[in-house]
Amino acid sequence: MEAVLNGLATGFGVALDPLNLFLVLAGCFGGTLIGALPGLGPINGVAILLPIAYGLGFGPESALILLAGIYYGAEYGGRISSILLNVPGDAGAVMTTLDGNPMARAGAAGRALSLSAVASFVGGTFAVILLSLFAPPLASFAVTFSPADYVALMVFAFASLASLVGKSAVKTLLGATIGLMLATVGIDANTGVARYTFGIPDILAGIDFLIVVVGLFGMAELLTLVEHQVSGKLKSLPVDKSFVRLVDLARCKWTIARASVIGFFIGILPGTGASVASAVAYGTEKRISDSEKTFGTGDVRGLAAPEAANNAAAGGAMVPMLTLGIPGSGTTAILLGALLMFNIQPGPMMFTQRPEVAWGLIASMYIGNIALLVINLPLVGLFARMLTIPQHYLTPLIAILAFIGIYTIVGNPFDLLLITGLGVFGWFLRKLDFSLAPVILGFVLGGLFEDNLRRALSISGGDWAILIENYKSITLYILALLVVMIPIWLARRARRIHGGVPAEED
Amino acid sequence: MLLARFGAAFCVAASFVAPAFAQSQIDNPECIAPANPGGGFDLTCRIAQTGLDPHVDAPVQVTFMPGGIGAVAYNLFNTSRTDDGSAIVAFSTGSLLNIVTGKYGEFTEKDVRWVGTAGADFGAVVVRADSEYKDLSHLMSDFSADPASVVVGAGGSVGSQDWMKGALLLREAGASPVDMRYVAFDGGGDAIAALLGGSIEVYMGDVGEMVPHVESGQMRLLAVLSPERLDAPFAEIPTAIEQGFDVEWTILRGFYMGGDVSDSDYQKWVDAFNAAYATDAFAQVQKEKGLLPLNLAGDELQTSIEKRVQNLRDIATEAGLIN
Repeated sequence: MEAVLNGLATGFGVALDPLNLFLVLAGCFGGTLIGALPGLGPINGVAILLPIAYGLGFGPESALILLAGIYYGAEYGGRISSILLNVPGDAGAVMTTLDGNPMARAGAAGRALSLSAVASFVGGTFAVILLSLFAPPLASFAVTFSPADYVALMVFAFASLASLVGKSAVKTLLGATIGLMLATVGIDANTGVARYTFGIPDILAGIDFLIVVVGLFGMAELLTLVEHQVSGKLKSLPVDKSFVRLVDLARCKWTIARASVIGFFIGILPGTGASVASAVAYGTEKRISDSEKTFGTGDVRGLAAPEAANNAAAGGAMVPMLTLGIPGSGTTAILLGALLMFNIQPGPMMFTQRPEVAWGLIASMYIGNIALLVINLPLVGLFARMLTIPQHYLTPLIAILAFIGIYTIVGNPFDLLLITGLGVFGWFLRKLDFSLAPVILGFVLGGLFEDNLRRALSISGGDWAILIENYKSITLYILALLVVMIPIWLARRARRIHGGVPAEED
Repeated sequence: MLLARFGAAFCVAASFVAPAFAQSQIDNPECIAPANPGGGFDLTCRIAQTGLDPHVDAPVQVTFMPGGIGAVAYNLFNTSRTDDGSAIVAFSTGSLLNIVTGKYGEFTEKDVRWVGTAGADFGAVVVRADSEYKDLSHLMSDFSADPASVVVGAGGSVGSQDWMKGALLLREAGASPVDMRYVAFDGGGDAIAALLGGSIEVYMGDVGEMVPHVESGQMRLLAVLSPERLDAPFAEIPTAIEQGFDVEWTILRGFYMGGDVSDSDYQKWVDAFNAAYATDAFAQVQKEKGLLPLNLAGDELQTSIEKRVQNLRDIATEAGLIN
């Protein structure tokens, strides 16, 4: 404990240096903007700015503080376009659209933005506190997650999401299947065989997650907007001056707490990031607290859960990077590269060899979280005004931003065709009353599920028993079962107590 | 001074508003890492970025083009950006292997122009610090007794260069590469996590990526797959050849350009590489990134690539990857 306090003291000494303080603020602000643009997420923001930060000749701690500020800011900013436009700003913000956008449509955009800022703040701060207290043991635990345990984690994720959105169970399942099918496109990671690529080299690597998100959500939303505009169904929203209320916060305090824990732990695991974390947090929360079936229609808890989780996951992903030198997410992989560029070896030695960098970064996360809250709350009114922009300006603007964002990822024009195609496909799905969230989740979880299942079976030489030979896997399977059973049991009990419907066993 | 740094920081803030993206002017040198950030191609481009900096008039921008272990970039530079004189693309021996096994489609090593190298890396056989394997011969005797008794993992798929390292070891041990219990991970980071977590017993890695891990004492290198011993921090690690096993795996890292790039544009890059090779600063950059000097540019590299590809073709045929 004393070592932690000493470290934090060193860290705050570094982070409160005027230049570093300015950089963390600049990073957070810039990151918020980057995250708000559809398609441009933390990974692109950090990758684009890394050479600039390096080229400016800052010390390693200053450069890293700037980049981490961008990372954090982008996780914050992703929610803005999710809520206002129903277009996720980045991969971790997909679930935010489910309840955030209905709130905005109901005239509570300001309330949604400010509530999600608070949830993000709590999630992010929770993660930093755990990170500074327990990083080394947490990282050692995270690496003991074997491929078989990941399989169990994915089963848990699927179970918690099984109830997810959509009026028809068949359509939800079909949607998830479409997602799973999209995930199989590309070179198979195990055998190196190309699947469903039809000789097109651009999809040899599979379809990028962001492309699926921007295509299915962003472009489909755009087409719907245009359709409504043509048919004259579009109604403009009044200026929205709503703000988060104490009663909202009181209502979702446990949601935020649970989502922060889930987000942090999923963030620590190498290979799973903010998108899985927010999906699992949303699904779990819906299972636990959606007794009135209001999730998906603008429930504050459905908004708070994914936002707290994706920011907690961003902090969690730092744990293995700082303590073991293993990146927990794509963005931390770039931060790792940044450390190497400055000749700093991440890993257990970093805290003793370069404490000013390690602790300076951690301290800057505390400051960054506060800064983001301070930056974001006053801007809520400004952002909310975006909705009053006439649609005939807004629609092309979203299109331009989405195309620029996607083109920036790898500069491949084929991706632009792909998002357009997926957009049309997504629009048809919406017309057919499909919910798009199961498609996305099938896509994310399906890839992880398949890779890890095959890894587990490679390890065991084809013996399926490997899937249940570890206490971690078994715990997760039990949790999966509980997450399915508890709501059913609760509903029965409620019926019995209220006596509305006679219990079946009577 | 402080004011200047603030000014610089302001420029950063300003650049947020207009995100930079790929450009194709001659005066905008670009290095394309055909993968996600953080891996070997990223490292290769970083060497061009810092190493060539004094020799190119504008800073080299690194961009990422993930896809098919480099296939997307290879195809793009063989179809639409064939004459882009401002961009170089990172490759490694793994890319050459992919060309050989047809993973890059119809295009061969003769369709692009090989410009220069960033250096060489070598394969490394890695186990956890508390592993029962203390030296390579112990591992090799287990390989020859029962190849399926050892769980081997690496960051590439079956048939990739990471798999090849294991396949060559098994072949040397008298076993068939097909019997290897091989687990494919998505990049070295995940594979190292699996090694530390005990999911796999042996990790077929590269020397360069082990630099951050060597000091931490969590992993042990049983052998480096280089022709000779390496410098510190690897000076203590014996080669496989030293331990009596004739297995060597050199990873050449370098850059290519599109096939229709003009001679003058090509020569500009070759000159920049040759100028950099002559300096100590470049050697220092290579060392920092865990690479060994293997400096070839222009025609020299072109000839070397042809030889290497032929060699890989022979090995791949032997390992049953191609007919």
